[in-house]
Amino acid sequence: MRLSKLIIGGAKNLFVNKLRTGLAMLGIVIGIGSVIALVSMGEASKAAVQTQIQSIGSNLLTISPGSQSSGMVRGAMGGATTLTNDDAEAIMTDSSITTVANVSPEYSSRAQVIAGKNNTNTQVVGVTPAYEEVRKIELSSGTFITEQEVNAMSKVAILGPTVAEDLFGEGVNPVGQTIRIASKNFQIIGVTKSKGGSSTNNDDRIFVPLTTAQKQLFGVKYLSSIALEAKSENVMTKAQNQVGYLLLERHGISEVSSADFRIMSQSDILEAASSVTGTFTTLLAGIAAISLVVGGIGIMNIMLMSVTERTREIGLRKALGAKKKDIISQFLIESIILTFVGGVIGIMVGVAGFYVYSVINESTFVVTTVSALLAFGVSALIGVVFGWYPARKAANLQPIEALRYE
Amino acid sequence: MKKTSIEISHLCKTYQTADIETKVLIDISLKIEEGEYVAIMGPSGSGKSTLMHILGALDLPTSGKYLLDGQDVSLLSDDQLAEIRNKKIGFVFQAYNLLARTSALDNVMLPMNYADVPDEEQKPRAEKLLEVVDLANRTHHTPNKLSGGQQQRVAIARALVMSPTIILADEPTGNIASDQAEEVMAIFQKLNDRGSTIIIITHEPDIAVHAKRTIHLKDGVIISDEKNKKRHLIKIKDKYEAI
Repeated sequence: MRLSKLIIGGAKNLFVNKLRTGLAMLGIVIGIGSVIALVSMGEASKAAVQTQIQSIGSNLLTISPGSQSSGMVRGAMGGATTLTNDDAEAIMTDSSITTVANVSPEYSSRAQVIAGKNNTNTQVVGVTPAYEEVRKIELSSGTFITEQEVNAMSKVAILGPTVAEDLFGEGVNPVGQTIRIASKNFQIIGVTKSKGGSSTNNDDRIFVPLTTAQKQLFGVKYLSSIALEAKSENVMTKAQNQVGYLLLERHGISEVSSADFRIMSQSDILEAASSVTGTFTTLLAGIAAISLVVGGIGIMNIMLMSVTERTREIGLRKALGAKKKDIISQFLIESIILTFVGGVIGIMVGVAGFYVYSVINESTFVVTTVSALLAFGVSALIGVVFGWYPARKAANLQPIEALRYE
Repeated sequence: MKKTSIEISHLCKTYQTADIETKVLIDISLKIEEGEYVAIMGPSGSGKSTLMHILGALDLPTSGKYLLDGQDVSLLSDDQLAEIRNKKIGFVFQAYNLLARTSALDNVMLPMNYADVPDEEQKPRAEKLLEVVDLANRTHHTPNKLSGGQQQRVAIARALVMSPTIILADEPTGNIASDQAEEVMAIFQKLNDRGSTIIIITHEPDIAVHAKRTIHLKDGVIISDEKNKKRHLIKIKDKYEAI
């Protein structure tokens, strides 16, 4: 029997029992819809994390102070004071370091900031001019901190867009104004562009010269991190090793495992973040897949019912010369139509759901064709898998028993 | 000499339900030649319907041989049997067995779908046959909008659409009014005149007299098999000349 006739006949039959067809389809709609929506949400958050991390710079290596081992006791990571300005200087000048282009020593801490009547508590980061290049900072107005300002311990500040808005309101250019950081007056010399991404952390910052931060504001001699720009993405590992051994030597540590610092590349951070969001996506997809299987079982149930109901019709068709494959394809086509149409509606529902989510969460709205095609294929496959058993059952009926069936 | 169309020898059919064995047909031997017009009669439970199902390759005998056009039916696969039902045999059932919610035309076209008759041939062939059975103006009616007699004529058109050599009719007039029954019998007579083998199952002597030969069954055994001496011939109307 020709495919076009099978499809028309199948659609007609499904149309007779609108409610039943609709309910059976609903299972697939919900299954496919949730697969599309949940997988897209997972992918979107993954993409958001990636773009955010990429925007910080892909040649970036970050050295954080680690815990110092004293005997069997290990202090908390990151809380230590083992990185110094001299370490940064050594990385810049030592002859063993051939793969690092720029070194940005940083000290950051939270502080209360006041501008007129407004005040906010934000991250104050002491930086050198290298920070702009290493951390890919762009200014929307003003200039970045200069070498002279670092040497002179100038009280100048560059605001992140969030801080600027908090202190001066939207659309106001605060360059030239004065703010108070920890009771000291700072002149604003620039505002950075927004880094974007769902996290606004990068925008909620104030940059001041490193020396000013260390000596005038917080009274420390160590660094909270050193950011390095490798010469290219290809030498990241090499740079990591060169810097690592230099610092081990400088800190008098012979074993790598007891290092009092940690060097993370952008790809390390990316991997960690991806694996978290990846697990999340897998979990969501798993839940969605379960609802899809439940939908498939619903289809099978309906098809089995339909076979029983139409036993006489099957008997008649066989009496008139229908072969097994004719009966199988007739019922298979019906279940495929069910899952296919359900799949299409499910994709639309899923995309709509994801759209609502992306509007609410201000996240990116991208539906990958792969996930749509996959959902499409899976729904058709479910039609075949769950339609197969009922179709076989129908085809194997003996014509005379089927005809006699009341 | 005429070709033998159907030949059964020592055919038995037994139904097994739980531990009760019911012998429906017992050692039946029978020959039907091409172009014969046979009525199979008997009270209900005599096994006449079972015999027809076996003749129509809808059911297989428990033992014995059935040769259809010289071919041993018991050796054929399910799909080969389906092909025989499709091409060699035209069924007319007491309950019409038309597809519900399907137009008369589509019902008549159904067997052609299973024989891969080209689409462009299907419709003209079905329309012509519906015209022959006097339903040219009912082609798009669904069975529930047709009378019993009209439905049975649709079923006859369907039985004829593959030009089978054998027409098997199981109580074809059982559910329809007597004037309609006469029409149906006229069609069978005309088909037989043209050379088709007709086998009719009936319990009504009025219907059996249309045939050339009558076989009586009782309790699964043939009790008589004779030529009809007084055959009732219907005056064939011109409209059936097209068959």
